[in-house]
Amino acid sequence: MTKQKKTMNLNFGPQHPAAHGVLRLILELDGEVVEKVDPHIGLLHRGTEKLIEHKTYTQALPYFDRLDYVAPMNQEHAFALATEKLLKIEVPIRAQYLRVIFCEIGRILSHLLNITTQALDVGALTPSLWGFEERETLMTFYERASGSRLHANYFRTGGVHQDITNDLLSDIGIFSEKFPKVIDDLENLLTDNRIFKQRNVDIGIVTKEDALSHSFSGVMLRGSGVAWDLRKSQPYECYKNLDFKIPIGNNGDCYDRYLCRIEEMRESVKIIKQCLKQIPKGPIKTVDGKISPPKKEELKESMEALIHHFKLFTEGYRVPKGEVYSSVEAPKGEFGVYLISDGSNKPYRCKIRAPGFSHLQAIDYLTKGHMLADVPAVLGSLDIVFGEVDR
Amino acid sequence: MNLAELNNLLNSELTSKIKGSKEENGELLINVELANIYSTILFLKTNNKCKFKQLIDILAVDFPGEEDRFKIYYLLLSHENNLRIKLVCPIQIDVKVPSITQIYPSANWMEREVFDMYGIKFKNHPDLRRILTDYNFKGFPLRKDFPLTGFNEVRYSEKDKKVIYEPVKLEQNYRNFDFSSPWEGTKYIREVKEKVKND
Repeated sequence: MTKQKKTMNLNFGPQHPAAHGVLRLILELDGEVVEKVDPHIGLLHRGTEKLIEHKTYTQALPYFDRLDYVAPMNQEHAFALATEKLLKIEVPIRAQYLRVIFCEIGRILSHLLNITTQALDVGALTPSLWGFEERETLMTFYERASGSRLHANYFRTGGVHQDITNDLLSDIGIFSEKFPKVIDDLENLLTDNRIFKQRNVDIGIVTKEDALSHSFSGVMLRGSGVAWDLRKSQPYECYKNLDFKIPIGNNGDCYDRYLCRIEEMRESVKIIKQCLKQIPKGPIKTVDGKISPPKKEELKESMEALIHHFKLFTEGYRVPKGEVYSSVEAPKGEFGVYLISDGSNKPYRCKIRAPGFSHLQAIDYLTKGHMLADVPAVLGSLDIVFGEVDR
Repeated sequence: MNLAELNNLLNSELTSKIKGSKEENGELLINVELANIYSTILFLKTNNKCKFKQLIDILAVDFPGEEDRFKIYYLLLSHENNLRIKLVCPIQIDVKVPSITQIYPSANWMEREVFDMYGIKFKNHPDLRRILTDYNFKGFPLRKDFPLTGFNEVRYSEKDKKVIYEPVKLEQNYRNFDFSSPWEGTKYIREVKEKVKND
């Protein structure tokens, strides 16, 4: 009598705490070993790209907050850069620094969430409690700048919505002094933790070649030893003037990716500190009245300002015909926007390139041959947020 | 290597395959015919000077009025040369596009998304299913003739004790406002102006 191999199908999610949102996995198991993973995504699909085609450029921007909702401003940044490229306008220096400060805050927000929830997935509760306290502080900065904690809608084509006070700048400064201590605390809990290491070292190894051919970007790519960061290699805004390092992993496993994220947070703090030192006074959005709305005071006295205001909030501005791809180094990887304009006030097509989409795609490759219990660990280190995967 | 050199290299190496190329906004866009997509992309990945090792994205665009209804774009990135390249190919509505999953495994989901959103089919794709839309979804949402509100809505029915699908009922239809710009004059004045200019 021959023993027949029997595989078992297991449904994981869509409502599962370790699924980081609404992910449904159909797992094919041989005992406890994973043979095949078929992710079913799209449970959070909201048709963002279709909606953007029906909105003016100003109205399209808030949709980007709702993609990767743990680092909203980084997404807005990609769209703002794309429209600026088509309109061929310069962003004032102060606005560039403000953008960089808030993008780095977004990076810390995202990495804090990822590191702590990854730890939660493999059994450590405390880091998430400590990390979320800091996230709360950072979201207060978001609130003080833009008026809302999550869906900021702060960036505008040609700059940012409004200037921030010196109080806020100095509070961010105080935070950046204190925060490295919090990173140390998190590292104390996790880096040498026996359980954390057992669950993450040598799990989900990606080689250099595979990381490239699977379209990985961001930490997923750097964890495998590819020195690639868009802030360095294709610098945008004022990243040229800032001094920071790009941490790179060695083995390409979940543990290296965790270490990369920890180091990236330290670098982000460094960037914020430099920005606070260098930030000049000046305008915070382009002075072109055809693109950015006039000041409230001007409305009472200038007819031209009133007309500009009215036209900008009804018709919006027109963007010259053309197509452009612009990308930023979002916390999760390369976030890109492919914008096609037909010369009207609405984008003809706006394709969003979300890093999580290609990362999640590789989960079959990453978990094949691993145990069932490793699936949440790999999923955690992929840094998936369903807002951007499903769009 | 910079963008202009890449452009020259491609024009000399792939003369028969490339229909045209242009540099715009610091980006290189290359026109390829449907039959040459696979070989061109394979060349870009394997050629020692190009080394476009990474596929960034695949996207389609709908141009309902034109003879070739869709355009499909491929965005590639070369880490070693720090260069990006865009390929574009016009395709008709019922044509099958060669899948590039053999070259880049990550093309799998990207092609599935294009199929889901536009109904463009791919030859030799291992698993061409819908990806982002609902189970049993009908229609191709990103085509320009698909209404923004869609056709069906879902709600929980207290009577049937389950989620049911119904045709969309709206109190007010979605309205698309046309704001003509006072800087250019209203529509009929623009038309007169253009006529005068052309005569």
